[in-house]
Amino acid sequence: MNFDLTEERQMLQDTLRRYLREKYDTATRNKILDSDEGMSAEIWAELAELGVIGALFTEDQGGFGGGGFDIAVVFEELGRAGVVEPFLDTAILGGRLLGAVGGQDDLVEEVIGGAAHLALAHGEPGARYDLTRVESTAVADGDDVVLNGRKAVVVNAEAAGHLIVSARESGAVDETDGISLFLVPTDTAGLTMRGYPMLAGGRAAEVTLDDVRVPSSARLGGVGAGWQPLHDTLALAHIALAAEVLGAMVSATALTNEYLGTRKQFGRPIGTFQALQHRMADMLIELEQARSAVINAAGYLETDSRDLNIAGARNLISRVGRLVAEESIQLHGGIAMTQEYELAHIAKRIVMTDHRFGDADYHLERFIELSAA
Amino acid sequence: MDLSYSPEEQAFRAEVQEFMANELPKELSEKVRLGDEALTKEDQERWHAILNEKGWLAQNWPKEFGGAAWNAVQRHIFEEEAAKANAPRIVPFGLSMLAPVLMKFGSKEQQDHYLPRILDGTDWWCQGYSEPGAGSDLASLKTKAVREGDHYIVNGQKTWTTLGQHADWIFCLVRTDPDAKQQEGISFLLIDMNTPGVEVRPIILLDGTHEVNEVWFTDVKVPVENLVGEENKGWTYAKYLLTHERTNIAGVGFSQAGLESVKRIAKAEKANGKPLIQNPHFAARIAQVEIDLRALATSNLRIVSKASAGEAPGIEASMLKVKGTVIRQEINDLARRAVGPYAMPFPSESVEGDNMAIGPDYAGPLAAQYFNYRKLSIFGGSNEVQKNIIAKTMMGGGR
Ligand SMILES: Cc1cc2nc3c(=O)[nH]c(=O)nc-3n(C[C@H](O)[C@H](O)[C@H](O)COP(=O)(O)OP(=O)(O)OC[C@H]3O[C@@H](n4cnc5c(N)ncnc54)[C@H](O)[C@@H]3O)c2cc1C
Repeated sequence: MNFDLTEERQMLQDTLRRYLREKYDTATRNKILDSDEGMSAEIWAELAELGVIGALFTEDQGGFGGGGFDIAVVFEELGRAGVVEPFLDTAILGGRLLGAVGGQDDLVEEVIGGAAHLALAHGEPGARYDLTRVESTAVADGDDVVLNGRKAVVVNAEAAGHLIVSARESGAVDETDGISLFLVPTDTAGLTMRGYPMLAGGRAAEVTLDDVRVPSSARLGGVGAGWQPLHDTLALAHIALAAEVLGAMVSATALTNEYLGTRKQFGRPIGTFQALQHRMADMLIELEQARSAVINAAGYLETDSRDLNIAGARNLISRVGRLVAEESIQLHGGIAMTQEYELAHIAKRIVMTDHRFGDADYHLERFIELSAA
Repeated sequence: MDLSYSPEEQAFRAEVQEFMANELPKELSEKVRLGDEALTKEDQERWHAILNEKGWLAQNWPKEFGGAAWNAVQRHIFEEEAAKANAPRIVPFGLSMLAPVLMKFGSKEQQDHYLPRILDGTDWWCQGYSEPGAGSDLASLKTKAVREGDHYIVNGQKTWTTLGQHADWIFCLVRTDPDAKQQEGISFLLIDMNTPGVEVRPIILLDGTHEVNEVWFTDVKVPVENLVGEENKGWTYAKYLLTHERTNIAGVGFSQAGLESVKRIAKAEKANGKPLIQNPHFAARIAQVEIDLRALATSNLRIVSKASAGEAPGIEASMLKVKGTVIRQEINDLARRAVGPYAMPFPSESVEGDNMAIGPDYAGPLAAQYFNYRKLSIFGGSNEVQKNIIAKTMMGGGR
């Protein structure tokens, strides 16, 4: 057993932390949140330059990492700084999914270099967190395929040059078999978007596919065989999201701890009230649990118990995340309710992660299923 | 023990229901349903005017001042029915915070001048207690008022002033004797927001809403007749006000309406192709909070009927505040959970923007409301401060 980061990952962590500390302060981020794009192209380019995106890909895919702990290290740092740029969407849900199906080396290279954005258009209006529920259809027509359907809350869709669209070629609406994936340029006729900002930063869009015609070469992987690569890529996304929340919780508790030491009421720092000290202690206890849950998720990535550990981690992180977000705000008092204050954004990042690919209940159900199996 | 409402109370409930059905404008209830941050000043004033017309605006005022003089059970019934009908909540600052103080401690002139203007909506009031350095420790407030002839000269800063951007007047706690013991040097002063030297600066909350403000005072001249009661007795009046601020604090009606709304949403939402409300985990969460709420509703009635009998609520008010806010916050948490990925869009855009909801129309404001309602356990005396009160009373053998 060894719980230290490798030298490379330690360097990656140090570099990224230093960069974000210097370049991504609250004021900068709040400006990004207010911008029409909802992200900074400059910061994206600089982080790509630093190798942050490359670290999320395996050597086979043209990167220099790509393991569970590479992903965890990067996303923990992004979470600490409350970064809103779409690393999850472009690199993991987009790039790693392309990597999983193969045959798109050029586009993956562009992603790693920071030149291309991607988005995964999978979820649908009534599907909630259920990955197999795909009602959008793909019908072959000569050498083409025609796509129809609606995709919900497609994060980063407007910035993306391509969407990876899931659509059903066969099977019942909730079957794993029959779902295909297509690489669709966002300027394809029949593809329309309604974009909007999100509460915790970044942008998403409702995507409508109205007789969208693509060549059959746009199909990624086999006919009706999209679910497995999607599922495998989601495993990486879950690690990323769990690690991001972990990082955000590190920041939330640090901010709270610091505030308890400086805010004075009744002539003394509020951190001298034992009632608050115990609440702080509870948060720190749970934070260690969260760190271990992320380590479990990343460490068992290549094993049979991958999904069990991931479901467990996301359930635990969701519970702890809510505790830390709510308690951090409460222990601060009114100041944490203001948009300007760093914690407000961090708390939103933590809680809103629940809504990406499953909340505590969803992952509890998955865990129950997997642990009974 | 008898949990049933009397025939008179049932008749009153029916009357309130009928009033809501006939008099509550649809535009207003629709806005409330989709998140009450959409209500404008005009909306609030319109609803106040409708209630005033009926004589139901000043519910806790005695008849002599033009109030409805309802007892606590009547107020409770109204609160339930109003929340159920998605009525805007009554803005409390003038009606239930300042007015009781004026009635008890104000001069005849002050009562005659200000109370009718609160009723007919001429004056919008806001509450100027908190300061950057004086939150839970309110008595440490620093805004000072120095007597110069017929005026006080006020300097300092208030903060968290709810809806101060709409206000014509602010009732303030100010320091008039810097040398006295903290609680003994404070006075209760009424300040016209249009006086030169008063500046309102918005504070945007974490859900993007503008509901609170900073209010700055620079050499603001306030006539001495605007002092309520005696100089340096303001703390006593403020404490009196705080007990009034807490009487409706359980928010049972809001929670009941919120819970019904969560259930409606959970019937409409699907998980694995079935209504979410049939999902055992989500159903258990709903049941848990409903069990707590049913008990709270009875606690609330137990305590309000005592208050009707003239007994002042003591630590029970603190207990209601803590439990009531925790339950309301839990319900808001369920609401955002219920809508899954559609909790993510930012509401101001989805509601205003092109006026078309993103996803189901009920989803828009839910996550923002979840964050906004974190305030419930912070203001009105934080839940920690309430627990201190409870503990102190218990340990001190005060019961
Ligand atoms: C949305 C909103 C609207 C508001 N509207 C108004 C308004 O209209 N008018 C107005 O005057 N004020 C208003 N307030 C202010 C509100 O009353 C204060 O926020 C509240 O009194 C807490 O003060 P604080 O925020 O300075 O927190 P602090 O007092 O600094 O408290 C920070 C933390 O320390 C805890 N704490 C403090 N003292 C103790 C203790 N002795 N023991 C244990 N824990 C303790 C608190 O519970 C809290 O968790 C509003 C606040 C909000 C958030």
